Amino acid sequence: MKLKEIKEILQAKIICSKNLLDIEIHFAGAADLMSDALAFGEPGLLLLTGLTNSQSIRTADIIGAKAVVYVRGKKPAKDVIEFAQSKKIPVLLTKFMMFTACGRLFSHNLPGVHEFKEKKTNAR
Amino acid sequence: MHAEAELSLNFEIKGKNFSQAGTISTKIKEILQELGIPMSIIRRTAIAAYEAEMNVVMYADRANLTLCLTPAGITISINDKGPGIEDIKQAMEEGFSTATDEIREMGFGAGMGLPNIKKNSDKMKISSIPGKGTSLDIFFSLSKVSEQ
Repeated sequence: MKLKEIKEILQAKIICSKNLLDIEIHFAGAADLMSDALAFGEPGLLLLTGLTNSQSIRTADIIGAKAVVYVRGKKPAKDVIEFAQSKKIPVLLTKFMMFTACGRLFSHNLPGVHEFKEKKTNAR
Repeated sequence: MHAEAELSLNFEIKGKNFSQAGTISTKIKEILQELGIPMSIIRRTAIAAYEAEMNVVMYADRANLTLCLTPAGITISINDKGPGIEDIKQAMEEGFSTATDEIREMGFGAGMGLPNIKKNSDKMKISSIPGKGTSLDIFFSLSKVSEQ
């Protein structure tokens, strides 16, 4: 699924790296605790979070996440946006709550990390 | 452990400096990328370094971090000055945490730090003297390249 489709599904606004709307996203994960994201994150992840400080972008960069979605209408500070831009990580803002945002993506066949890995293993 | 080092770099981590938290781990990731280390190893190293760096920022006064690269692998050693850990076995349990609200607001303090470091490294050695500080050595083998 392309990032621009995710943007539509979440009725989101993209606030940086707008040129990357055509990247493919294959799975997603959600966490407000960055240690959890570091534990389950896989390269290519779409990270949904309600944590809008710089650690969310740093975590996304460390795990190799492709994009970050901030839920519940939260907006990051300017320095966080600049940091995301410097790391070429697109950032989307959605008004949906975490549960709803995840549910909308899941119902459009975007799997979670474990479902994606299982599918990949079973396909071998 | 640092014999035959091809590269050895030192960094200083300041405790409670939340605005700069994680910058050294990002730097380590960039250095390893420039050196052409396989991505799967960089990723594990960066995650473990980030968790370890956050532990210093959250709990210690200051620490020295040494990044050492040999043909065998990458070693990160962190020696901090701080309260130390009373019970290392308990600290290694997933979910155990003594984090403050300020730390939790940063998205950390879930009690996953040390277990995450162990999970991502090939060898981990930790020792601590309560009231003085903690020493952590983590090793990543360069011969173990997992599938991306």
